[in-house]
Amino acid sequence: MSGYRLAAPHGAWIDRSRALRFDFNGVDVKGFAGDTVASALLGQGIGHIGRSFKLHRPRGIFSCGLEEPTGLVDIGVGRYRTPNTRATDIAAADGMTAKTGNAWPSLGLDLAAINNKFAALMPAGFYYKTFMWPDWHLFEPAIRRMAGLGVAADGPDPDRYDEVSQQVEVLVIGAGAAGMQAALSAAQSGRQVLLLDSGPRPGGWLASQSLRSEANSQQRLDELTRLVAAAGVSLRVNCTVLGLYDHQLAVALETVNDGTVRERLWKIRAERIILATGAIERPMLFPDNDRPGVMLASAVERYATHFGVACGKRIVISTACDSGYDVAASLNAAGIEVAAIVDSRETNGRAAPMGVKVFLDSSIVAVSGSRAINSVTVAANRGGDAQAIAADCVASAGGWTPAVNLHSMAGGKLRWNDVASMFVPDLPLKGIESVGACAGAFELELALEHADATGRGNATPAPVGGLGIVPARNTPTLAALSTLGRRPGKIFVDLQNDVSADDVELAARENYRSVEHLKRYTTMGMATDQGKTSNINALVLMGELTERKPAEVGTTKFRPPVKPVTLNALAAGRTGERYRPLKRMPGHAWHETHGGLFEEFGGWLRPAAYCQNSEEVIPAAEREALHVRTHVGIFEGSPLGKIEIYGPDAAAFLDLMYVGTMSTLAIGQARYGLLLREDGVIFDDGIVARLGEQHFWINTTSGGVDRVALAFEEWQQCEYANHRVLITPVTSSWGNVTVSGPKAWKLLAAAGFDESLAPPNMKHMTMREVAYGGVKIRLMRASFSGELGYEINLPALHTQSLLQRLSEVGREFDAKPYGIEALMVLRTEKGFLHLGADTDGTTLPGDVGMDRGIAKKAANFVGRRSLLRPVALDADRMQLVGLLPADRTSRLPTGAHIVTKNPPAPIDGFVTSSAYSGVLGMPVALAMLKRGFARIGETVTLYHLGRTLRAEVVKTPFFDPKGERLEG
Amino acid sequence: MMQLQCPWCGRRPENEFHCGGTTAIVRPPIDCSDEVWGNYLFFRKNPKGLHAERWRHTFGCGQWFNIVRDTVTHEVGAVYGITEAQPRAVDP
Ligand SMILES: [Zn+2]
Repeated sequence: MSGYRLAAPHGAWIDRSRALRFDFNGVDVKGFAGDTVASALLGQGIGHIGRSFKLHRPRGIFSCGLEEPTGLVDIGVGRYRTPNTRATDIAAADGMTAKTGNAWPSLGLDLAAINNKFAALMPAGFYYKTFMWPDWHLFEPAIRRMAGLGVAADGPDPDRYDEVSQQVEVLVIGAGAAGMQAALSAAQSGRQVLLLDSGPRPGGWLASQSLRSEANSQQRLDELTRLVAAAGVSLRVNCTVLGLYDHQLAVALETVNDGTVRERLWKIRAERIILATGAIERPMLFPDNDRPGVMLASAVERYATHFGVACGKRIVISTACDSGYDVAASLNAAGIEVAAIVDSRETNGRAAPMGVKVFLDSSIVAVSGSRAINSVTVAANRGGDAQAIAADCVASAGGWTPAVNLHSMAGGKLRWNDVASMFVPDLPLKGIESVGACAGAFELELALEHADATGRGNATPAPVGGLGIVPARNTPTLAALSTLGRRPGKIFVDLQNDVSADDVELAARENYRSVEHLKRYTTMGMATDQGKTSNINALVLMGELTERKPAEVGTTKFRPPVKPVTLNALAAGRTGERYRPLKRMPGHAWHETHGGLFEEFGGWLRPAAYCQNSEEVIPAAEREALHVRTHVGIFEGSPLGKIEIYGPDAAAFLDLMYVGTMSTLAIGQARYGLLLREDGVIFDDGIVARLGEQHFWINTTSGGVDRVALAFEEWQQCEYANHRVLITPVTSSWGNVTVSGPKAWKLLAAAGFDESLAPPNMKHMTMREVAYGGVKIRLMRASFSGELGYEINLPALHTQSLLQRLSEVGREFDAKPYGIEALMVLRTEKGFLHLGADTDGTTLPGDVGMDRGIAKKAANFVGRRSLLRPVALDADRMQLVGLLPADRTSRLPTGAHIVTKNPPAPIDGFVTSSAYSGVLGMPVALAMLKRGFARIGETVTLYHLGRTLRAEVVKTPFFDPKGERLEG
Repeated sequence: MMQLQCPWCGRRPENEFHCGGTTAIVRPPIDCSDEVWGNYLFFRKNPKGLHAERWRHTFGCGQWFNIVRDTVTHEVGAVYGITEAQPRAVDP
């Protein structure tokens, strides 16, 4: 292949006054503004771009658009590298670096002999057969080295991306002639219209016809462009629709590169969508049709028209369709030599340009040259003598494939057209119509008429046709191949995944009849191009081999995205910390100054512990927990879930929600409660306090408040709509500072809390609304540590200053902050339940000893009936018990299995919580154990990571079983 | 992603909503049989075609409402209040 740049004025899309240069595998490539990477490479005569995925054959640029299977390059270096992207879809930029992705062992070294061995070793289904026999691991290192295409970036992507949502009345996808006409007519009938095109300029196929003066295409295009702009259509180029989703939602990717963002994701909701995505050319199939220099004919035409690039010095056109003759005329007009037209049909519908030899009823049977073409061999379909023609480029025109992928993604059905050998949209979808070539309408005048009517909202059936007769079969006959007198080369169907006609035949022979099975067995159409240029050829072949029509074979399911998309573009800036921002507590700064080690707990950044010097978290937590038992600790519990319930039926409603009865609470009283799902499983827990006759304060777990509020709302709105209740989540409005320990009241008294709140005056499990320092606070006496405890709920803004004041006043009492890990030690010592640690998706209230009083309760609370199901009454259920190590020194790891036999064997239970109790001087643990309540005193065997331990089953709490410390 | 008509807020994208599944399931009384309770908890029709279901406009007004949706085409034939009966003769 020896492409070259045509002289001015050829190249409508390039600006010859703005030269640029970039690096391709160390070669300095010169181009112009407006070039793609591919057009610049071709213009400099570079045809060999990479090596194929499986067989490592040399490959070049095949197309001039999104459908590109082989011209794949890595763009950029280091963190900026985008691997495996289409050279035909990337604008050339000054100073850019492009690199061959897959060149094993090297781009230049020709391994023809070895390649042939690979070919024999890697037939269709190779991977499946290798996985099965003899041992995948024997092949894996070699396959991993050879396979794969690009090289990934070596760090997080530093580029920026964003996302915009848009609503339009009419969205037209594709700004070719039909799309522009539909957009124009829709706008003229008063609609707001957005017109998108994946390329840098509108015009589509029509724009590529300007070399042929008789087509009059440039004038028509200029006129359409002018009218579209005047009608107020908004046009967005370089914007590819990746997929269509429910209710006319289109997701599109715009290449921006304007110094602000690299790519922008558009989510466009339209009342109507008009598809005008055109058609993709179907290549002819012939031996060695994968050589660099074999290209789609329409691409050869576009490189000449748009970029002023001749793809070769002597071009042979291989065709089964009249459009091959139009390409010949275009090339002829640009002064590019067309050596011959090889037409597989017996008659042609159009004349060849003067002086171009036409071989009718003939096929290419051989291509000579490996990294570049020297000549092709042509033979008549009925046999006879083969003839060599010197050529450096083959333009392949085997008919057209309407780009029906968006129609199909939206749920549209397809219909096979026997005349033009293509699938076209069958019936239009609600709100989604197709016009132009993607609807199978190839006759320009008829297509424009149809687009006009569709744009105005008068949908009529698309005028399918305009290509004449295009045979489905486009492989050479056996007679033609036999003229070679030797074994012909491989015929490639899927160029990117190296699937040959032989592979399709093998799949058929092995009885893979479904097209979906064919696809997976041969990997046909499974590469990054999704088989845009290969699928129809494959299913035509499959049909022939299994004596079925293509319509009966059918197509595989089309799926988004239409072209490969950067994951970061989909994330649109929601990466790293912005992926799921963590909540910060109102007292965050106070914890920072006190050395808090922040970790994530349920979406909040909270201090796990306050490590002193080089202390680890666990020893720090044990020290903090012991300090709470002996002195006083300060803890921020602001993330604790808070919901207020108001209304005349609030009490009755809570009786329906909680396992316990809340309506009997006196004003100011608080009670612990369990929430169940309707299947009886424990769902959340917390304290409910009554602030007024019709007013309750609810605490939930920190991670569960959103679910609880949602569940309350669902029950209230959907099942108990007659209950007059208002449910208001208030978690972030209120800070929570908890003071625990024998000196807790001493600290509060010194800080100015009124004597009426002292332990004898304010009872455990009560809540009061009082003023403190001019601020209204809600003070609760409750304890998750077993020590005297006050939970001070106050407006979030005052949290920081209260923490500050308490730590200043607290110096006298040696008050110290404690973190989540210390809290876990304290509650484990008390045997208090921690949801999600001690419970899972099967735990019922009875399993944790919290089913007392249910029988006496009146209300049919959520989940109640499920507690009577046979599974709930099973005597073998696991129950929550305490465990002490038999030697009183070994820690019992969380997750350790309680076993009766050596594993593997069914288990009897498992450790759910574990801590070292400083106050008791030994490790303690909680566990779920089969029939646990009846096994107190038993010694059990624990198994953990190959180690066994002995433990004694005990009652909880481990510490202060009578609860005497609650009063300080 | 569908677009749903919240009775209070108008047409909004699906990701503002939360689907609550089949609507108008009657909660059996506490003295029902295990079989009746099991059917209520675990069994749903999952039709191909029209399906009456309830949705909540979670990231909006927070209200639950009912719709009839075609599970194949996602066409929404009726939108009605959470305590209202399903309108008859729905033609999406
Ligand atoms: Zn709403």
